[in-house]
Amino acid sequence: MNLPAALKKISDTIWELPVSYKEGMLVPARIFATEKLIQEMDAGVFEQVSNVATLPGIQRYAYCMPDGHWGYGFPIGGVAAMDPGTGVISPGGIGFDINCGMRLVLTNLTADQVKPRLHQLVDRLFARIPTGVGCHGFVKLSQSEFGSVIEQGSRWCLSHGFATQDDLDMTEEGGCFPGADPSSISDKAIERGYNQLGTLGSGNHYCEIQVVQPENIWDAERAAAFGLNIPNQVVIMFHCGSRGFGHQVATDYLKVFLSVMERKYGIKLVDRELACAPFHSPEGQAYFSAMKCAVNMAFANRQVILHRIREVFSEVFNSSPDDLGMRMVYDVAHNTAKLEKHAADGGKKELLIHRKGSTRAFGPGAQGLPECYSKSGQPVIIGGSMETGSYLLAGMQSGADAFFTTAHGSGRTMSRHQAKKSFRGDKLQRDMEARGIYVRTDSFGGLAEEAGDAYKNIDEVVEATELAGLSKRVARLIPIGNIKG
Amino acid sequence: MPFEYRGDIAHADIAFNAWSGTLEELFKEAAQASMKVMADDLTAIRPTVTVEIKLDQSNEEMLLFDFLNELIFYKDAKRLLLLPAQITITRGGGGCSLQATLQGEEIDASRHKLSTDVKAVTMLRFSVAQVQEGWRATVVLDV
Repeated sequence: MNLPAALKKISDTIWELPVSYKEGMLVPARIFATEKLIQEMDAGVFEQVSNVATLPGIQRYAYCMPDGHWGYGFPIGGVAAMDPGTGVISPGGIGFDINCGMRLVLTNLTADQVKPRLHQLVDRLFARIPTGVGCHGFVKLSQSEFGSVIEQGSRWCLSHGFATQDDLDMTEEGGCFPGADPSSISDKAIERGYNQLGTLGSGNHYCEIQVVQPENIWDAERAAAFGLNIPNQVVIMFHCGSRGFGHQVATDYLKVFLSVMERKYGIKLVDRELACAPFHSPEGQAYFSAMKCAVNMAFANRQVILHRIREVFSEVFNSSPDDLGMRMVYDVAHNTAKLEKHAADGGKKELLIHRKGSTRAFGPGAQGLPECYSKSGQPVIIGGSMETGSYLLAGMQSGADAFFTTAHGSGRTMSRHQAKKSFRGDKLQRDMEARGIYVRTDSFGGLAEEAGDAYKNIDEVVEATELAGLSKRVARLIPIGNIKG
Repeated sequence: MPFEYRGDIAHADIAFNAWSGTLEELFKEAAQASMKVMADDLTAIRPTVTVEIKLDQSNEEMLLFDFLNELIFYKDAKRLLLLPAQITITRGGGGCSLQATLQGEEIDASRHKLSTDVKAVTMLRFSVAQVQEGWRATVVLDV
């Protein structure tokens, strides 16, 4: 594509749009990418990341990660830190799927042990984890019980037999954002979401069985620290979020912010999808609380799905989850806003970090990491396309400039509409099986949209994060089985 | 064609333009375009359940936003795939109101040729405008 003329190359992996690029920019916008990836960025990235730079209270830079692509409001891959005292909170910087995230689970099984039972495993996962349009979950709750789930997140799962303490320890923020007040939630959001606990959803949400081949270990020491210590070890990765509940929370507050942003707070923006309110306003605080409820719903959703995955593996291999070594590596959120302390003005300052399609990546020694990862840095789970594989990375000290944030996936290069015209889901399923990847789906149309060729090259994306010092490659994970909505 | 998907203004999301001679027909086309993202064959949706809705908004744009969100809400809350059978839009009192009869049925994966779940209607490039031929809308759905 034609890059904006104002785009400056700062280093081999940093590109900058200066504040003169667009009227109203308060800080420059920076995109992390190699020369090849910047050439592949769609025009929406430049438009949207520079829009983000106009948000009141933004600090340092508006960032976009190497997997960045056209989103709504923020680009996907967007990161923005706001001064909580003077800045805003924007649902468009978090996304409708609040706390969409990734979870990686170990087994002590090898590919040779799993492959003879792969079809049975995938078929049973597909039968037992609801996927697809409008699916209802396997955890049946009353609306009032759901209120406890959104307050407590994974802690509710622990007290109801769906989690171990170790699971919570291996989840960002222990699987619960404190301060989630259900009174900030509409009846509609409750009604839309209370029956979806234990559902995967559709689109790019999936549960995948993967193999860690010895030749794909990039950093043996960190791989061992993350529990990858058996040649051709089988792991399970899954990707989902807060489902209809989170989508409704975001929709509700988008409307609230649209109604008060200009009239009450005098904020004028170039894109209504960036609708926002001052963080400390009543509307801003209500949304922050509601967002936390949705964050907790997503943590709980991934936790009960993990419980179900353990049941399925346990049934198929006739062993307990403990005997199968089914321990979590980590759970990372990639659509959130959080108050975090970062270096600023010669000291540490509390900032409201918006991450939309980008992952927190704390380096070694960071506060808030489980002790077992204090030397290695935070595990970062990068979901690639179902055809090409995924990555496990580690956060680095050198990621401080970008508020310890890295990519979240491959990033699309082709629209869903184009992918559906270019690929046939049923043929893709047969081709993938011939290549050793067994896929079950509710929707061949949805499968076609997720074809590997609709995405950027994940190897290039993670290499860019490493070259930029945002995160370090630990292992590449190869898919052998997948369920999709 | 009364609606057309656009791959050129959204990659991870689904964008479409819809147009029609009347505002009511425009809303029907936008509903069809949104529901077709989730269930590819709209003719397979039998009108066995009827839901009446009434919405009030300050303008036509926000009315369409709320209307499409109602369809998405029923898909999740009640597992209903609904299409508008009848729509009436009235203006007055500084705003506009919609009354609609929605018809459809519970999701049946074996018959509905399900595709991609719609999460939300975004405000990205969202517009409802009166044009020479009638009305035109641009919508980007988060999926």
